[in-house]
Amino acid sequence: MQETTFLDANELLLNMGPQHPATHGVLRVKLKLDGERVLGSECVIGYLHRGVEKIAENRTYAQFAPYTDRMDYVAAVTNGMGYVEAVEKLLGVEIPARAQYTRMILAELQRVASHLVWLGTHALDIGAMTPVFYTFREREEILKIFEKYCGARMTTHAFRIGGLQYDLYDFFEQECLKFCDYFLPKIDEYEQLLTKNRIWIDRTKGIGVLSAEDAVAYGVTGPVLRGSGVKWDIRKVQPYEAYDQVEFEVPTGTHGDTYDRYLVRIQEMRQSVRIIRQCVERLAPGPIFGKVGKVIKPPVGEVYHSIEAPKGELGYFVVSDGTTNPYRVRVRPPSFVNLQALDIMIHDHLVADVVAVIGTLDIVLGEVDR
Amino acid sequence: MADEPKGPPNAADEGEAKKPTSGASGPPPPSGAEAAPPKPTPSPAGSPAPGSAATPAAPKAGVAAPAKAPAAAKAPVKPEPWSSPLLDELQKRFPGAVEEAVIFRQMPSLTVAKESLLSLCQFLKGEEGGGYTLLTDETAVDYPKREKRFEIIYHLYSFKRNDRLRLKVLAAEGEKVPSVVGIWPTANWLEREVYDMFGVLYDGHPDLKRILLPDGWTGHPLRKDHDILRQDDAWVKTNLGIESGQ
Repeated sequence: MQETTFLDANELLLNMGPQHPATHGVLRVKLKLDGERVLGSECVIGYLHRGVEKIAENRTYAQFAPYTDRMDYVAAVTNGMGYVEAVEKLLGVEIPARAQYTRMILAELQRVASHLVWLGTHALDIGAMTPVFYTFREREEILKIFEKYCGARMTTHAFRIGGLQYDLYDFFEQECLKFCDYFLPKIDEYEQLLTKNRIWIDRTKGIGVLSAEDAVAYGVTGPVLRGSGVKWDIRKVQPYEAYDQVEFEVPTGTHGDTYDRYLVRIQEMRQSVRIIRQCVERLAPGPIFGKVGKVIKPPVGEVYHSIEAPKGELGYFVVSDGTTNPYRVRVRPPSFVNLQALDIMIHDHLVADVVAVIGTLDIVLGEVDR
Repeated sequence: MADEPKGPPNAADEGEAKKPTSGASGPPPPSGAEAAPPKPTPSPAGSPAPGSAATPAAPKAGVAAPAKAPAAAKAPVKPEPWSSPLLDELQKRFPGAVEEAVIFRQMPSLTVAKESLLSLCQFLKGEEGGGYTLLTDETAVDYPKREKRFEIIYHLYSFKRNDRLRLKVLAAEGEKVPSVVGIWPTANWLEREVYDMFGVLYDGHPDLKRILLPDGWTGHPLRKDHDILRQDDAWVKTNLGIESGQ
């Protein structure tokens, strides 16, 4: 956005955030307005910067793992999973099947939980008050499973480099299946509230349209890319863990607007339930830890590993100099890259739509700022 | 303490033929995109990578190289020379541009001359070059002891080939790197972050300024010589009038 001191008589520079309930954290957006119409925007980020990548260089490989949970704090399990997999790739170890399926179950539960937070808050931003109570109710069930498994609800540190620290607790499988049975009708309930709701459609259809070309050019990934009609999911195209062993669909949108992205995420929750059921079926007794020593000392080299986090492609670029500390850890956060597309998405929209578009991008500022 | 193997010790399968993969193992299944990634050819091992610029020459690299994790495979794990039709094509079209091509853990990595970066990226993005339309990530690594201390790293992805490619450009302190914003708009924020964290300057970037740190910040924290302890000293001295207690 062009920084000017002499605005036209009808142009207005509006500062939105960093303390604003609809920016989902400490995001500041400078809006250049003509009346209520957005002419340009600029994001100011970094309010939550903690220097995670610098911290990594001063910790051992295992010590850094809990820090990853604090980036995307509504999806800690998948964050940790991306990191431990990157280090495993660097080490060249394979982890046992039981650990793989456990990771997938927890990661898919986390995806559902993350989408539930998104759905509740996004609807709340737009003005639908009710869904947030329902979605947080269902999310609580998922967090209970996490808590029973590893003792933490939010910053779980669920996985270790090489496998799992804890084996599953008794009746884990039954509880997961019970949750799946309980949850599927709830998705229909959300859809009854929103999908054909006249106000919801008016507020989301044609808002924040992102064409497939723009989405790729701006590096957007995850449900936002799929909402624009690009059928691309890392779980499918470059499967990690055992995602090549399970069946699921990759839902896509056609118009690339906020409504399509809403439908994509709703469908993704259904697919996650499908994956969880298949994984529970395949869980067999066995070892949960691969061949990793107590001291993690990877060979000299560098790897890039990325997973399909709830918000998009979460990549870790780890450089090893052969010592016990990583030489460099780069986190490629989906939220940071996706947020960059905000400017083109809100162009010529109204201020109220900015709120809708920030919601539909599903950003978490802990991950944007790291 | 998190690393203690808890699983039943089935040490019998200490495989010597351990595949050097973990997550994304095996060829990706066809899923819309025609999956034809250049297979990591089991190229003649042993021949060390020409010009060891690609292996991180970190302070203790020489000492630590033989001391691998006890569970790691016996075979030497290090970057090996990479060969593929795409590389041949690049060398034909841009003679001398690719200074080094290695593959490690199934990920090819090309070190590219700075002068030909833009034309090479433009070619790679195009249909003939494999259609690397998605710039997944751009970042940097600092090796202060080298003559050209910064490695600028680009991770590209091609939907057509379902394939990732890493490009590297070396830059010395204060040296300008051509900006790829014109090719991949997503590089805008990524390059701002590299500038913010490393102080790498870009040529042709539309709006090169700090992104995560405040505008008035001094220093570039992800440089290796940026001390994590001493950074508040100046502030403490000016505002509190005492020496830092750290």
